[in-house]
Amino acid sequence: MAEETPKKYLLGNDGIAHACLEAGVDFVSGYPGTPSSEVVDKLRAQEDPWYYLEWSVNEKVAFENALAASWCGLRSIVTMKHVGLNVAADPLMTSAYTGTKGGFVVLSADDPFAHSSQNEQDSRMYAKFAQIPCLDPSSAQEAHDLTKTAFELSEKFSLPVLLRPTTRICHSKGDVTLGKPAPSTRTGAFVKDPKQYVVIPAHTRPLHVILTKKQPEVAKYLVESGLNSAKIRGRKAVIAGGISNSYVEEIIPDDISLIKISAYPIDQKWLAGILAQHTEVLVVEELMPVIEEAVLQASSATIVHGKLDGYLPHEGEYSPALVAAAFEKAGFGINSYPASPEKAPVAVRPPILCAGCLHRSVFYAMKKVFKDGVFPSDIGCYTLGLQLGAVDTTICMGASITIGSGISHACPGTDVVSTIGDSTFLHTGVNGLINAVYNNASQTVIILDNRITAMTGHQPNPNTGINARGEISPKISLEELARACGVSFVETVDPYDLTYLLATLREAKEKPGVKVIIAKQPCVIMNKRLGIKRNKFVVDTEKCTKCGACLKYGCPAIETDESGASVITQLCTGCGVCADICPAGAIHRGGARQ
Amino acid sequence: MKKSFDVLIVGIGGQGTILASNVLGDACVIEGRHVRGAETHGMSQRGGSVETHIRIDGKFGSLIAPGTADLLIAFDVLEALRYRHFLKPDGVMVVNREMVVPTSVFSGKLPVPKMEDVEAELNKGTTKVVLVNATEIAVQAGNPLAANIVLLGAASHTLPLAAESLFQAVRRNVPSKTVTVNEKAFSLGKEAV
Repeated sequence: MAEETPKKYLLGNDGIAHACLEAGVDFVSGYPGTPSSEVVDKLRAQEDPWYYLEWSVNEKVAFENALAASWCGLRSIVTMKHVGLNVAADPLMTSAYTGTKGGFVVLSADDPFAHSSQNEQDSRMYAKFAQIPCLDPSSAQEAHDLTKTAFELSEKFSLPVLLRPTTRICHSKGDVTLGKPAPSTRTGAFVKDPKQYVVIPAHTRPLHVILTKKQPEVAKYLVESGLNSAKIRGRKAVIAGGISNSYVEEIIPDDISLIKISAYPIDQKWLAGILAQHTEVLVVEELMPVIEEAVLQASSATIVHGKLDGYLPHEGEYSPALVAAAFEKAGFGINSYPASPEKAPVAVRPPILCAGCLHRSVFYAMKKVFKDGVFPSDIGCYTLGLQLGAVDTTICMGASITIGSGISHACPGTDVVSTIGDSTFLHTGVNGLINAVYNNASQTVIILDNRITAMTGHQPNPNTGINARGEISPKISLEELARACGVSFVETVDPYDLTYLLATLREAKEKPGVKVIIAKQPCVIMNKRLGIKRNKFVVDTEKCTKCGACLKYGCPAIETDESGASVITQLCTGCGVCADICPAGAIHRGGARQ
Repeated sequence: MKKSFDVLIVGIGGQGTILASNVLGDACVIEGRHVRGAETHGMSQRGGSVETHIRIDGKFGSLIAPGTADLLIAFDVLEALRYRHFLKPDGVMVVNREMVVPTSVFSGKLPVPKMEDVEAELNKGTTKVVLVNATEIAVQAGNPLAANIVLLGAASHTLPLAAESLFQAVRRNVPSKTVTVNEKAFSLGKEAV
């Protein structure tokens, strides 16, 4: 046993990262996505790491890199958010056939309630689909512990192992006991074995048979190793998965059995044996009824409550009070939580684009020039352009230019302006641009180039000029890339120069085909961190006509005083776009930089 | 059923709610006690309303149920109002007497809320309300950004943690260059109540 260090108050994701150190990880890759991003960020902050690490351009690329490392005998982890696993689904499905050598952990963080996501999909379904084991922690401590287990499990069965924390695990903290890092001295070696690694039909058919054979062995082992466990205490039982266990444990009466599911696949024979000892069970799990379906399949006479009979919701995040209400409904206990108290009516405070954010001026100019335009957009901070009426569609990473092309072909004559960030463009956007030019779509594409992956915590990308290891990398030229895709109208603009931005958009509007405008300014949060300051702007209240034009711009640094005149607050970062907007010329650059 | 002391810290993204929660969590570790916390990360941090849950002596989930929190620490009076339904009827709120009016009020041309009205509304309930001029006190301590630590000092009378543990946790969690300012901020906050 590794010597234990004292407890720390630690984020679930930091616990996962530390467990990778304890497991002697050799290879780390991923694409940022809330709530998964801190795992790689924590590992890249480690001084003198013995392992290789990268932020990849997308999840499929990250997955394949890490899979290859595993094939070379190295312990590897690839991280992403749940929807990232859709991008990596292609290699995932077949990697179960080829199997793995070094422990290979696929971290896919789910987001019940879609705190920061476009859907509430359940990664456990992918594990079932791919026929690979899945581990589902119930606390920050377990997130740490199960990460180590995942490497071991992968090596035991030569399968990728899906580690599936949820937002309330990744971004919850707890008093966590850590072990000691165990630096690895392994070196990778690829041993040729075409029957394993070249999945032509003749090879893949026997590999599928092997994969099927592994399934009952895995399920049995997950019970034997205690990952799935039962405390039999009565004739009624609660069966809970992942984070739901923590809510259940807080309220469960002493005479109700508790069956804890931390790993999949669930051993059906074991489950049937437990169900036979109980007359009634309540299944508690967020999102899809994965456990509940297994329970229904294994049960003969036991009454089963859960999502499928309406005791618990399929959607959103569970909470102690919600679980207590289901207990009461099922007659398993009394709900002693107070009825939801009345909320005070307070003006909403949703997240908004920062003061001085380049996206805001682009959206303003776009709406001015393309009054009847359709605005497909993408995934990033700029999705907040919805509040400014500048985002008409968002579905997944890279789906701005492609949706834009579809609309331009479906509705000829429509002005289509797509917006996409630099990281998203390099993730999957560029494919859409190639296709748009190739198939002669008509649209203006604006690349919102802040040179960083901002929303998820400012990770570098190939446009930053630095990689995740802090090495200088050749900075990709978005202009040359767009031209290489066949775009002839490529213009780079400073989005703080509103006059030139408007002129460039008007020029693009008059031209046929695909036009690319690159709006370039660093993220203001990065500027702040780097100590880059501009003089703040001020309103000349004598000149202010209280017309409200600057307020409509929606900048959080612009407020009104008691007389209704506009004032600029300390939040101002000095972009100066409001000065160009003000019809009275009442806004000008102020004094000292602050 | 409930054995933990539940604290909800609310504010606006960027005001330092997570640092404040780290101080509480670390103070628990210093005292060898269990603790659970839940934070807001990602896009919600961009100037939006944020909430951090801390359950001192918590062994289970990190989420606090509405109507059950023992203490609400609010960095802004409007956020105190927004989240006050989390408090139990005899709970305590420690609130910074500061108001950042949401941009939605100006862009939507809604009436701008007045400090005295918000204070009156907060005082209407059954909970104990402690208003602190935390930003002013933080300026006295040397940096307006230390308002979060001032509030922790003010809340220390209500927290089931030794002041010395909190003090030590402040030192361990703030940026090394700001230790002196934050020590002062904590002490001044403690004295202000």
